[in-house]
Amino acid sequence: MTGGTTTPSVVPAPAPMPNAFFEYLLRLGDDRLVLGHRLSEWCGHGPVLEEDIALSNVALDLLGQATMLLRLAGEVEGRGRTEDALAYFREVVEFRNAQLVELPTGDFAYTIARQFLFDVYAVVLLDALSTSRHAELAAIAAKSLKEAKYHVRHSGEWMLKLGDGTEESHRRAQRALDELWRFTGELFAPDEIDRAMREAGIAPDLGALRATWESLVRDVIDRATLTLPGDVPRLPTARGGRAGAHTEYLGHMLAEMQIIARSHPGASW
Amino acid sequence: MASTVSNQQIVGDQAAGMPADAQWPVWEVFTQSAQGAPHEHAGSLHAVDAEQALQNARDVYARRGGVISLWVVPSGAITASSPGDGGPFFDPGSDKAYRHPQFYKVPRGVRGV
Repeated sequence: MTGGTTTPSVVPAPAPMPNAFFEYLLRLGDDRLVLGHRLSEWCGHGPVLEEDIALSNVALDLLGQATMLLRLAGEVEGRGRTEDALAYFREVVEFRNAQLVELPTGDFAYTIARQFLFDVYAVVLLDALSTSRHAELAAIAAKSLKEAKYHVRHSGEWMLKLGDGTEESHRRAQRALDELWRFTGELFAPDEIDRAMREAGIAPDLGALRATWESLVRDVIDRATLTLPGDVPRLPTARGGRAGAHTEYLGHMLAEMQIIARSHPGASW
Repeated sequence: MASTVSNQQIVGDQAAGMPADAQWPVWEVFTQSAQGAPHEHAGSLHAVDAEQALQNARDVYARRGGVISLWVVPSGAITASSPGDGGPFFDPGSDKAYRHPQFYKVPRGVRGV
Protein backbone atom coordinates (compact mmCIF):
# COMPACT_ATOMS: atom_id res chain seq x y z
CA MET A 1 0.00 0.00 0.00
CA THR A 2 1.34 3.42 -0.96
CA GLY A 3 -0.99 5.49 1.18
CA GLY A 4 -3.28 6.88 -1.52
CA THR A 5 -0.95 9.60 -2.75
CA THR A 6 -1.11 8.44 -6.37
CA THR A 7 -3.70 9.71 -8.78
CA PRO A 8 -6.64 7.33 -9.07
CA SER A 9 -6.78 5.77 -12.50
CA VAL A 10 -9.71 4.24 -14.35
CA VAL A 11 -7.50 1.68 -16.06
CA PRO A 12 -6.06 -0.69 -13.47
CA ALA A 13 -2.30 -0.68 -13.40
CA PRO A 14 -0.67 -3.84 -14.72
CA ALA A 15 -0.05 -6.38 -12.02
CA PRO A 16 3.36 -5.90 -10.46
CA MET A 17 5.94 -8.44 -11.60
CA PRO A 18 6.19 -10.52 -8.41
CA ASN A 19 2.45 -11.10 -8.46
CA ALA A 20 2.41 -12.24 -12.08
CA PHE A 21 5.39 -14.50 -11.44
CA PHE A 22 3.63 -15.96 -8.41
CA GLU A 23 0.58 -16.70 -10.57
CA TYR A 24 2.75 -18.25 -13.24
CA LEU A 25 4.48 -20.53 -10.74
CA LEU A 26 1.10 -21.63 -9.38
CA ARG A 27 0.11 -22.70 -12.89
CA LEU A 28 3.25 -24.80 -13.28
CA GLY A 29 3.03 -26.23 -9.78
CA ASP A 30 -0.72 -26.92 -9.77
CA ASP A 31 -0.60 -28.76 -13.12
CA ARG A 32 1.84 -31.19 -11.56
CA LEU A 33 0.24 -31.42 -8.14
CA VAL A 34 -3.20 -32.22 -9.55
CA LEU A 35 -2.01 -34.60 -12.26
CA GLY A 36 0.30 -36.31 -9.77
CA HIS A 37 -2.64 -36.87 -7.45
CA ARG A 38 -4.81 -38.20 -10.27
CA LEU A 39 -2.09 -40.66 -11.25
CA SER A 40 -1.60 -41.76 -7.67
CA GLU A 41 -5.19 -43.00 -7.72
CA TRP A 42 -3.87 -45.91 -9.80
CA CYS A 43 -1.64 -47.07 -6.96
CA GLY A 44 -2.80 -50.59 -6.13
CA HIS A 45 -5.15 -50.65 -9.12
CA GLY A 46 -2.75 -50.83 -12.07
CA PRO A 47 -3.46 -53.39 -14.80
CA VAL A 48 -0.26 -55.27 -13.92
CA LEU A 49 2.20 -54.90 -11.05
CA GLU A 50 4.90 -53.37 -13.25
CA GLU A 51 2.56 -50.71 -14.63
CA ASP A 52 1.20 -49.97 -11.18
CA ILE A 53 4.75 -49.15 -10.07
CA ALA A 54 5.45 -47.18 -13.26
CA LEU A 55 2.40 -44.92 -12.82
CA SER A 56 3.19 -44.40 -9.14
CA ASN A 57 6.74 -43.43 -10.13
CA VAL A 58 5.47 -40.80 -12.52
CA ALA A 59 3.06 -39.56 -9.85
CA LEU A 60 5.92 -39.17 -7.38
CA ASP A 61 8.04 -37.32 -9.97
CA LEU A 62 5.20 -34.88 -10.59
CA LEU A 63 4.68 -34.40 -6.85
CA GLY A 64 8.38 -33.64 -6.47
CA GLN A 65 8.24 -31.07 -9.24
CA ALA A 66 5.13 -29.50 -7.69
CA THR A 67 6.92 -29.27 -4.35
CA MET A 68 9.81 -27.31 -5.86
CA LEU A 69 7.55 -25.01 -7.89
CA LEU A 70 5.11 -24.26 -5.07
CA ARG A 71 7.94 -23.65 -2.64
CA LEU A 72 9.39 -21.11 -5.03
CA ALA A 73 5.90 -19.64 -5.50
CA GLY A 74 5.56 -19.19 -1.74
CA GLU A 75 8.92 -17.43 -1.58
CA VAL A 76 8.02 -15.15 -4.48
CA GLU A 77 4.69 -14.30 -2.88
CA GLY A 78 6.49 -13.34 0.32
CA ARG A 79 3.61 -14.00 2.71
CA GLY A 80 5.20 -16.93 4.43
CA ARG A 81 3.15 -19.63 2.72
CA THR A 82 4.99 -22.94 2.34
CA GLU A 83 4.41 -25.45 -0.43
CA ASP A 84 2.19 -27.40 1.96
CA ALA A 85 0.10 -24.33 2.75
CA LEU A 86 -0.38 -23.74 -0.96
CA ALA A 87 -1.23 -27.37 -1.69
CA TYR A 88 -3.56 -28.06 1.22
CA PHE A 89 -5.08 -24.77 2.26
CA ARG A 90 -6.23 -23.19 -0.98
CA GLU A 91 -9.80 -23.47 -2.23
CA VAL A 92 -10.72 -24.84 -5.63
CA VAL A 93 -11.09 -21.38 -7.25
CA GLU A 94 -7.52 -20.56 -6.16
CA PHE A 95 -6.06 -23.46 -8.13
CA ARG A 96 -4.45 -22.54 -11.44
CA ASN A 97 -3.99 -25.91 -13.14
CA ALA A 98 -5.34 -26.52 -16.64
CA GLN A 99 -8.60 -28.46 -16.71
CA LEU A 100 -6.96 -31.28 -18.67
CA VAL A 101 -5.13 -32.56 -15.60
CA GLU A 102 -8.07 -32.51 -13.18
CA LEU A 103 -10.39 -34.77 -15.21
CA PRO A 104 -11.05 -38.15 -13.56
CA THR A 105 -8.65 -41.00 -14.29
CA GLY A 106 -11.11 -42.86 -16.54
CA ASP A 107 -9.94 -46.17 -17.96
CA PHE A 108 -6.30 -47.03 -18.62
CA ALA A 109 -6.43 -45.69 -22.19
CA TYR A 110 -7.84 -42.39 -20.94
CA THR A 111 -5.13 -42.09 -18.29
CA ILE A 112 -2.42 -42.85 -20.83
CA ALA A 113 -3.80 -40.51 -23.51
CA ARG A 114 -4.07 -37.61 -21.05
CA GLN A 115 -0.60 -38.39 -19.75
CA PHE A 116 0.86 -38.49 -23.24
CA LEU A 117 -0.69 -35.15 -24.23
CA PHE A 118 0.60 -33.59 -21.01
CA ASP A 119 4.03 -35.24 -21.12
CA VAL A 120 4.78 -33.85 -24.58
CA TYR A 121 3.61 -30.42 -23.38
CA ALA A 122 5.83 -30.77 -20.31
CA VAL A 123 8.88 -31.65 -22.38
CA VAL A 124 8.58 -28.72 -24.80
CA LEU A 125 7.74 -26.28 -22.00
CA LEU A 126 10.44 -27.42 -19.56
CA ASP A 127 13.00 -27.45 -22.35
CA ALA A 128 12.25 -23.79 -22.97
CA LEU A 129 12.06 -22.93 -19.27
CA SER A 130 15.47 -24.47 -18.64
CA THR A 131 16.95 -21.37 -20.30
CA SER A 132 14.70 -19.00 -18.34
CA ARG A 133 16.24 -15.76 -17.14
CA HIS A 134 15.12 -16.72 -13.65
CA ALA A 135 17.96 -18.95 -12.47
CA GLU A 136 16.05 -20.95 -9.88
CA LEU A 137 13.14 -21.67 -12.22
CA ALA A 138 15.66 -22.66 -14.91
CA ALA A 139 17.28 -25.11 -12.50
CA ILE A 140 13.94 -26.64 -11.50
CA ALA A 141 12.99 -26.95 -15.17
CA ALA A 142 16.28 -28.62 -16.09
CA LYS A 143 15.86 -31.17 -13.30
CA SER A 144 12.21 -31.80 -14.20
CA LEU A 145 12.99 -32.10 -17.91
CA LYS A 146 14.98 -35.29 -17.31
CA GLU A 147 11.96 -36.82 -15.62
CA ALA A 148 9.55 -35.59 -18.29
CA LYS A 149 11.64 -37.16 -21.03
CA TYR A 150 11.20 -40.51 -19.37
CA HIS A 151 7.50 -39.92 -18.79
CA VAL A 152 6.89 -39.26 -22.49
CA ARG A 153 8.86 -42.36 -23.44
CA HIS A 154 6.58 -44.37 -21.19
CA SER A 155 3.25 -42.83 -22.24
CA GLY A 156 4.29 -42.59 -25.91
CA GLU A 157 5.16 -46.28 -26.01
CA TRP A 158 1.78 -47.09 -24.50
CA MET A 159 -0.02 -44.93 -27.08
CA LEU A 160 1.60 -47.05 -29.80
CA LYS A 161 0.66 -50.29 -28.06
CA LEU A 162 -2.93 -49.27 -27.39
CA GLY A 163 -3.56 -47.62 -30.74
CA ASP A 164 -1.92 -50.35 -32.77
CA GLY A 165 -2.98 -53.16 -30.44
CA THR A 166 -6.31 -54.94 -30.34
CA GLU A 167 -9.58 -53.67 -31.73
CA GLU A 168 -10.73 -52.81 -28.21
CA SER A 169 -7.55 -51.03 -27.15
CA HIS A 170 -7.67 -49.01 -30.39
CA ARG A 171 -11.29 -48.06 -29.80
CA ARG A 172 -10.64 -47.00 -26.22
CA ALA A 173 -7.52 -44.99 -27.10
CA GLN A 174 -9.35 -43.19 -29.89
CA ARG A 175 -12.31 -42.44 -27.63
CA ALA A 176 -9.94 -41.03 -25.01
CA LEU A 177 -8.24 -38.78 -27.56
CA ASP A 178 -11.60 -37.57 -28.85
CA GLU A 179 -12.77 -36.70 -25.35
CA LEU A 180 -9.55 -35.06 -24.22
CA TRP A 181 -8.73 -33.07 -27.32
CA ARG A 182 -10.83 -30.01 -26.54
CA PHE A 183 -8.95 -29.55 -23.27
CA THR A 184 -5.59 -29.16 -25.01
CA GLY A 185 -6.34 -25.66 -26.31
CA GLU A 186 -6.05 -24.24 -22.81
CA LEU A 187 -2.41 -25.30 -22.60
CA PHE A 188 -1.53 -22.91 -25.41
CA ALA A 189 -3.84 -19.96 -24.83
CA PRO A 190 -1.67 -17.14 -23.52
CA ASP A 191 -3.12 -14.39 -21.33
CA GLU A 192 -1.59 -11.29 -19.71
CA ILE A 193 0.37 -13.40 -17.21
CA ASP A 194 1.99 -15.41 -19.99
CA ARG A 195 2.78 -12.24 -21.91
CA ALA A 196 4.33 -10.60 -18.85
CA MET A 197 6.48 -13.68 -18.26
CA ARG A 198 7.54 -13.77 -21.87
CA GLU A 199 8.46 -10.09 -21.92
CA ALA A 200 10.50 -10.57 -18.75
CA GLY A 201 12.43 -13.42 -20.37
CA ILE A 202 11.10 -15.84 -17.77
CA ALA A 203 8.86 -17.99 -19.95
CA PRO A 204 8.63 -18.87 -23.65
CA ASP A 205 6.04 -17.94 -26.26
CA LEU A 206 3.21 -20.46 -25.86
CA GLY A 207 2.15 -20.03 -29.48
CA ALA A 208 5.56 -21.15 -30.69
CA LEU A 209 5.48 -24.16 -28.37
CA ARG A 210 2.16 -25.27 -29.79
CA ALA A 211 3.60 -26.01 -33.24
CA THR A 212 6.37 -28.16 -31.75
CA TRP A 213 3.92 -29.92 -29.46
CA GLU A 214 1.50 -30.63 -32.26
CA SER A 215 4.10 -32.14 -34.58
CA LEU A 216 5.46 -34.39 -31.80
CA VAL A 217 1.96 -35.51 -30.84
CA ARG A 218 0.94 -36.05 -34.45
CA ASP A 219 3.96 -38.24 -35.13
CA VAL A 220 3.08 -40.69 -32.36
CA ILE A 221 -0.66 -40.60 -33.04
CA ASP A 222 -0.03 -41.43 -36.71
CA ARG A 223 2.26 -44.31 -35.86
CA ALA A 224 -0.31 -45.55 -33.35
CA THR A 225 -2.82 -45.70 -36.27
CA LEU A 226 -5.02 -43.26 -34.36
CA THR A 227 -6.64 -40.10 -35.69
CA LEU A 228 -6.18 -36.61 -34.29
CA PRO A 229 -9.65 -35.15 -33.72
CA GLY A 230 -8.72 -31.97 -35.60
CA ASP A 231 -6.61 -28.89 -35.15
CA VAL A 232 -5.63 -27.89 -31.64
CA PRO A 233 -8.53 -25.78 -30.38
CA ARG A 234 -7.48 -22.15 -30.51
CA LEU A 235 -8.76 -20.20 -27.56
CA PRO A 236 -8.30 -16.43 -27.63
CA THR A 237 -7.08 -16.41 -24.04
CA ALA A 238 -6.96 -18.60 -20.99
CA ARG A 239 -10.22 -18.36 -19.07
CA GLY A 240 -10.53 -21.88 -17.71
CA GLY A 241 -8.42 -23.48 -15.02
CA ARG A 242 -5.69 -20.85 -15.36
CA ALA A 243 -8.21 -18.29 -14.15
CA GLY A 244 -9.62 -20.52 -11.42
CA ALA A 245 -12.61 -21.83 -13.40
CA HIS A 246 -12.59 -25.59 -12.98
CA THR A 247 -14.69 -28.58 -13.88
CA GLU A 248 -16.90 -30.18 -11.26
CA TYR A 249 -14.23 -32.81 -10.67
CA LEU A 250 -11.48 -30.76 -9.05
CA GLY A 251 -13.43 -29.92 -5.89
CA HIS A 252 -14.05 -33.57 -5.13
CA MET A 253 -10.43 -34.43 -5.76
CA LEU A 254 -9.19 -31.63 -3.50
CA ALA A 255 -11.56 -32.69 -0.73
CA GLU A 256 -9.88 -36.06 -0.69
CA MET A 257 -6.38 -34.67 -1.14
CA GLN A 258 -6.69 -31.98 1.53
CA ILE A 259 -8.76 -33.59 4.27
CA ILE A 260 -5.91 -35.05 6.32
CA ALA A 261 -3.89 -31.83 6.33
CA ARG A 262 -6.98 -29.82 7.22
CA SER A 263 -8.17 -32.20 9.92
CA HIS A 264 -4.77 -32.24 11.60
CA PRO A 265 -3.09 -28.92 10.83
CA GLY A 266 0.65 -29.03 11.36
CA ALA A 267 0.69 -32.78 11.92
CA SER A 268 3.78 -34.70 10.86
CA TRP A 269 4.99 -38.26 10.91
CA MET B 1 -13.16 -63.73 6.08
CA ALA B 2 -10.16 -62.95 3.98
CA SER B 3 -9.19 -66.59 3.77
CA THR B 4 -12.37 -67.43 1.86
CA VAL B 5 -11.21 -65.25 -1.03
CA SER B 6 -8.53 -66.96 -3.05
CA ASN B 7 -5.77 -65.14 -4.88
CA GLN B 8 -7.13 -66.57 -8.07
CA GLN B 9 -10.45 -64.81 -7.55
CA ILE B 10 -8.78 -61.49 -6.86
CA VAL B 11 -6.51 -61.75 -9.85
CA GLY B 12 -9.42 -62.92 -11.97
CA ASP B 13 -11.47 -59.85 -11.03
CA GLN B 14 -8.73 -57.39 -11.84
CA ALA B 15 -7.87 -58.99 -15.15
CA ALA B 16 -11.50 -59.31 -16.20
CA GLY B 17 -11.85 -60.47 -19.77
CA MET B 18 -8.36 -61.94 -19.82
CA PRO B 19 -7.90 -65.70 -19.72
CA ALA B 20 -6.07 -66.80 -16.58
CA ASP B 21 -3.03 -68.03 -18.49
CA ALA B 22 -2.61 -64.92 -20.68
CA GLN B 23 0.48 -63.75 -18.82
CA TRP B 24 2.97 -61.52 -20.55
CA PRO B 25 6.38 -63.10 -21.21
CA VAL B 26 8.89 -63.12 -18.36
CA TRP B 27 12.19 -61.22 -18.60
CA GLU B 28 15.27 -61.41 -16.40
CA VAL B 29 16.76 -58.10 -15.32
CA PHE B 30 20.45 -57.36 -14.78
CA THR B 31 21.64 -54.11 -13.24
CA GLN B 32 25.05 -52.49 -13.18
CA SER B 33 25.89 -50.23 -10.27
CA ALA B 34 29.13 -48.64 -11.48
CA GLN B 35 31.27 -48.31 -14.57
CA GLY B 36 33.26 -51.52 -15.01
CA ALA B 37 31.22 -53.43 -12.42
CA PRO B 38 29.47 -56.59 -13.58
CA HIS B 39 25.78 -56.61 -14.49
CA GLU B 40 24.16 -58.59 -11.70
CA HIS B 41 20.84 -60.39 -11.71
CA ALA B 42 18.27 -58.24 -9.94
CA GLY B 43 15.06 -60.16 -10.53
CA SER B 44 12.42 -60.74 -13.16
CA LEU B 45 9.28 -59.09 -14.52
CA HIS B 46 6.55 -59.32 -17.15
CA ALA B 47 6.56 -57.30 -20.38
CA VAL B 48 5.23 -57.68 -23.90
CA ASP B 49 8.43 -56.59 -25.67
CA ALA B 50 11.99 -55.49 -25.08
CA GLU B 51 11.27 -51.76 -24.84
CA GLN B 52 8.55 -52.33 -22.28
CA ALA B 53 10.79 -54.75 -20.39
CA LEU B 54 13.48 -52.08 -20.24
CA GLN B 55 10.99 -49.47 -18.99
CA ASN B 56 9.52 -51.83 -16.42
CA ALA B 57 13.01 -52.78 -15.26
CA ARG B 58 13.81 -49.10 -14.84
CA ASP B 59 10.68 -48.57 -12.78
CA VAL B 60 10.87 -51.72 -10.70
CA TYR B 61 14.60 -52.12 -10.13
CA ALA B 62 16.25 -48.75 -10.79
CA ARG B 63 13.75 -46.20 -9.49
CA ARG B 64 15.61 -45.57 -6.25
CA GLY B 65 18.91 -44.87 -7.99
CA GLY B 66 22.22 -46.70 -7.81
CA VAL B 67 21.91 -48.16 -11.31
CA ILE B 68 23.78 -46.90 -14.37
CA SER B 69 22.97 -49.65 -16.88
CA LEU B 70 20.26 -52.25 -17.41
CA TRP B 71 20.04 -55.49 -19.38
CA VAL B 72 16.80 -57.34 -19.99
CA VAL B 73 16.83 -60.88 -21.34
CA PRO B 74 13.86 -63.13 -22.20
CA SER B 75 13.83 -65.79 -19.51
CA GLY B 76 13.51 -68.46 -22.18
CA ALA B 77 16.85 -67.39 -23.66
CA ILE B 78 18.69 -68.51 -20.55
CA THR B 79 19.98 -72.08 -20.42
CA ALA B 80 20.41 -73.13 -16.81
CA SER B 81 21.94 -76.12 -15.10
CA SER B 82 19.42 -78.35 -13.38
CA PRO B 83 19.47 -79.55 -9.76
CA GLY B 84 20.33 -83.01 -11.08
CA ASP B 85 23.56 -81.62 -12.49
CA GLY B 86 24.65 -80.68 -8.96
CA GLY B 87 26.96 -83.61 -8.31
CA PRO B 88 28.73 -83.94 -11.66
CA PHE B 89 28.95 -80.17 -12.22
CA PHE B 90 29.96 -78.77 -8.89
CA ASP B 91 31.27 -81.37 -6.45
CA PRO B 92 34.61 -82.15 -8.12
CA GLY B 93 35.91 -78.69 -7.25
CA SER B 94 35.31 -78.87 -3.53
CA ASP B 95 37.97 -81.40 -2.46
CA LYS B 96 40.91 -80.25 -4.55
CA ALA B 97 42.61 -77.59 -2.54
CA TYR B 98 45.34 -77.18 -5.15
CA ARG B 99 42.76 -75.61 -7.46
CA HIS B 100 42.68 -72.58 -5.22
CA PRO B 101 45.46 -69.99 -5.31
CA GLN B 102 45.52 -70.00 -1.50
CA PHE B 103 46.98 -73.53 -1.69
CA TYR B 104 50.30 -72.16 -2.86
CA LYS B 105 52.62 -70.40 -0.48
CA VAL B 106 53.88 -67.10 -1.77
CA PRO B 107 57.69 -66.99 -1.53
CA ARG B 108 59.07 -64.34 0.73
CA GLY B 109 60.18 -61.31 -1.14
CA VAL B 110 57.41 -61.41 -3.71
CA ARG B 111 55.43 -58.22 -3.53
CA GLY B 112 52.25 -56.99 -5.11
CA VAL B 113 50.39 -60.29 -4.97
